Amino acid sequence: MATLEIHDLHVSVDAENGPREILRGVDLTVKQGETHAIMGPNGSGKSTLAYSLAGHPKYTITGGTVTLDGEDVLEMSVDERARAGVFLAMQYPVEVPGVSVSNFLRTSATAVRGEAPKLRTWVKEVKEAMQRLQMDPAFAERNVNEGFSGGEKKRHEILQLELLKPKIAILDETDSGLDVDALRIVSEGVNRVRETGEVGTLLITHYTRILRYIKPDFVHVFAGGKIVESGGAELADKLENEGYEAYVKGGVTA
Amino acid sequence: MADNTPAGSTTDGAIQVGGPRQPIDARVSAPASYDVADFPVPHGREEEWRFTPLERLRGLHDGTAVADGGVKVEVEAPEGVTVETVGRDDARLGRAGKPVDRVAAQAYSSFEKASVVSVPKETVLTEPVRISVHGEGGVAFGHQVVEVGAFAEAVVVIDHTGDATLAANVEFLIGDGAKLTVVSVQDWDGTAVHAGQHTALVGRDASFKSVIVTFGGDLVRLHPRVVYGAPGGEAELYGLYFTDQGQHQEHRLFVDHDTPHCRSNVAYKGALQGKDAHAVWIGDVLIRAEAEGTDTYELNRNLVLTDGARVDSVPNLEIETGEIVGAGHASATGRFDDEQLFYLMARGIPADEARRLVVRGFFAELVQQIGIPDLEERLLAKIETELEASVA
Repeated sequence: MATLEIHDLHVSVDAENGPREILRGVDLTVKQGETHAIMGPNGSGKSTLAYSLAGHPKYTITGGTVTLDGEDVLEMSVDERARAGVFLAMQYPVEVPGVSVSNFLRTSATAVRGEAPKLRTWVKEVKEAMQRLQMDPAFAERNVNEGFSGGEKKRHEILQLELLKPKIAILDETDSGLDVDALRIVSEGVNRVRETGEVGTLLITHYTRILRYIKPDFVHVFAGGKIVESGGAELADKLENEGYEAYVKGGVTA
Repeated sequence: MADNTPAGSTTDGAIQVGGPRQPIDARVSAPASYDVADFPVPHGREEEWRFTPLERLRGLHDGTAVADGGVKVEVEAPEGVTVETVGRDDARLGRAGKPVDRVAAQAYSSFEKASVVSVPKETVLTEPVRISVHGEGGVAFGHQVVEVGAFAEAVVVIDHTGDATLAANVEFLIGDGAKLTVVSVQDWDGTAVHAGQHTALVGRDASFKSVIVTFGGDLVRLHPRVVYGAPGGEAELYGLYFTDQGQHQEHRLFVDHDTPHCRSNVAYKGALQGKDAHAVWIGDVLIRAEAEGTDTYELNRNLVLTDGARVDSVPNLEIETGEIVGAGHASATGRFDDEQLFYLMARGIPADEARRLVVRGFFAELVQQIGIPDLEERLLAKIETELEASVA
């Protein structure tokens, strides 16, 4: 069973006056089949955790370990992590002009699966996945994220999640900027992947709204660059009622 | 693409509306002329020479380059097309426009024989005319005329290969209602020097499409120019360049809207890699007072793949009448976008393949405008080869 283990992770970024520490000792274990919600106020370092796990060059790991089934994730390049089974659904997916969605998806699937998918089954697979996310077939011929609405970008991220079948899915504020219909469609996509029982999900969010659609097994409160409280789904209800104030007070937040 | 400008690049631009200033075309050090003696030898600080390393022109600019016949020109034309070699006094020469700088005038003053390719009126060619210019290490001055009669349609591909020091002008005379597509490929060896002027005279309701593709050469400096002879003309000027280490590739465009109700659309895209790769793009568009109903747009995009490359991109739009349909320009130079690379790699795609995807995507849109499938494939393959070299 795939397990992502984060131990005492410290991460900093280059700021104007030298390196600034954002993550200050994160400990978390995510197992295949589990869903962990990471919730926290703005600036608490939630997205930094997501991008650090994916290997974004902007972030420098200054301490700690991350392993996937015992393999050192921090030693891997960005593409190696993806091929090892780490998937990051981004909050702000990047436009890639001149590269069509269909070309991108096939190139990506070929890289992750280690061989080019058979054309006939692949076309069917993509078409069905797009239908489930209520995406127009014409979407496949558009350039990656170019001119996509906020909802289209997020559906496109979840489409990739469904096609690439990672071991660990990190969803960075996938709910932000979505209206209720889009939120439902996107959440159903995530749930389809979760129901296979083959993915460990790290759901990063500011709001409790998405947790009405995606039920977490664990909720962690993130503040000041680390997890300050962990609990079950009931912790989300507490946050819904009381907000983050209790965690922000006393200058815990960076 | 990326909106950050690399160090050492300029993206100046100007839109001049009316005013007492001289028109763009007169902002050069000497008026256009067929005679090289009318141009002073450039010293490098003139507006039209300030980006060009004169010492690499091998004497084309100062009269010391001497023709030795080491450049072979072959024309392969489908049936119905006339191909002639003519003397300097042929009436068809020099009709599209005068040379605008000393090297173009040197070419005009120095060629011995010119080549004239004529497509008779109402003839629609199904195969392109292919002109091959192959350098065998020599120095040459050339002149080529392509004349397309009224309502005729033709595609002309000019291929430059080998090593040469070449100053050559090409004139396109496009008859009323005719359609001409010209593709000029500069696939020179890394040592070649090539300068010249491509001047098109676009007839009434005629269409001219120019595709300039520059990959090779030590120094390439071309002037694609368009003049309209009558209303209703249309010009599309596309360009694609891939400037490698040490190469200087300069494209200086001028569209002279001197006639009402004409259109022009300019789009040039370039990628640069390696130390001292230098691309220059000048896009001058003049809408004269009498050119009411003009519709024009010009665009230049540059993608800088490595450190040490330099881009100078200067669009100039000068408007002497407000009675136009539209006029605009855009220029942007960006580094290879690390966020795009991260996004693609985060989907498992290795770095070199991600880079190829992005660059191919950058050019693909432009290549698709060419409309000649076998050439499009050849260009995409060439881009692949260039990229192999860069990511290896």
